[in-house]
Amino acid sequence: MIDSALSRIGRVGLFLVRVLSNIPAIFEQPRAVVHQIYNSGGRSLIIIMLCGLFVGMVLGLQGYDLLQRFGSEDALGIAAALGLLKELGPVVTALLFAGRAGTALTSEIGLMRATDQLTAMEMMAVDPVRQVVLPRFIGGIIALPLLVAIFNIVGLFGAQLIGVQLMGVDAGAFWSQTQQAVELDDVAEGIVKSLAFGLVCSLVAVYEGYHAEPTAAGVGLATTRTVVVSSVLTLLVDYMLTAAFLGA
Amino acid sequence: MKSQRSLEVGTGLFVLLGFAALFFLTTQLPGSGLSFGQEAGYRVTARFENVGDLKVGSPVSMSGVRVGEVESIRFDPNDYRAVVQLHIAQEFNQIPEDSDASIQTQGLLGGKYVGIGPGGSDIYLEEGSEIEFTQSAIVLESLVNKFFANFASKGSEEP
Repeated sequence: MIDSALSRIGRVGLFLVRVLSNIPAIFEQPRAVVHQIYNSGGRSLIIIMLCGLFVGMVLGLQGYDLLQRFGSEDALGIAAALGLLKELGPVVTALLFAGRAGTALTSEIGLMRATDQLTAMEMMAVDPVRQVVLPRFIGGIIALPLLVAIFNIVGLFGAQLIGVQLMGVDAGAFWSQTQQAVELDDVAEGIVKSLAFGLVCSLVAVYEGYHAEPTAAGVGLATTRTVVVSSVLTLLVDYMLTAAFLGA
Repeated sequence: MKSQRSLEVGTGLFVLLGFAALFFLTTQLPGSGLSFGQEAGYRVTARFENVGDLKVGSPVSMSGVRVGEVESIRFDPNDYRAVVQLHIAQEFNQIPEDSDASIQTQGLLGGKYVGIGPGGSDIYLEEGSEIEFTQSAIVLESLVNKFFANFASKGSEEP
């Protein structure tokens, strides 16, 4: 049990090294990377914006309910902005990304494996890691931070919608207190987190696809594992990064 | 080929949107964020006994109207006071030289800001001048302490 877990971690690590060692090859195929940014980013845009709006609106409601007990509903902007920037934006986006884009990557690569397309590439002396895995991996890493930024903006708009338009918090106080309380470090923390989550989610997705059992059931299993492993790892990495940032 | 083209346009739009969002988050949201070129204005300094939790980027206001922001806060080891540099927008260049600066709080739990009360001089503040009259931040805890100390000593006087 422990033995297989260890060897699994080792395989993922070796796979990462193999992908990274091919990085110079992305300059030979920028179009493929663009294609993958569209696949994992552009296609997730609508669901990310929709969820961002709802998360922001919920933050607005809950934050208002909590803060008005202390008569400080003007601080709603701070609560919403910091909550979104540091935690909810990166984490929720990463979880949605794992479900929306990660599964697509895994099943696509897994199906290539099942239909022997990857083997055929190897036969033609084309490295499938360089040709298939690398652009998808890099595309995911680029796409996720951009999605997180969009999620944050839409979420902030949602919180503003509830707080200012519905509950009547003063718009000036909402924004000026937010601007005062939020520092560049908070934004940077969110960006670092989203980069880390992008790496984790993309790596898990391409790894599971590439190493999927070449059967219909195997591809299905690999897709499920992608969601589970990405989600758990995202939350684990989030805890570690939060602890590191708070300690610093 | 047409679908390839629309795909590239879609990706471009997505990346542009993402970077626009990142730009907004890094430059507009934090008060002390990256800013490209500062709006025109002038700097004045003020010395305080205690600045409380005043931060770089906190607003400077007169009669509740924002006229500028705190640019830097440092400690002067010679007279043991905090030196706060204020950046005041150019349009407010008629602040009397003998105005006073005090550190105040927005609401009960709000952030600190520097409030300027106008003086009566005909000479106005300009680049590099110093505000002489200052009042430090009121630290709520010491106020409460003082109150209770008073309360206790009064209580002990009565038989």
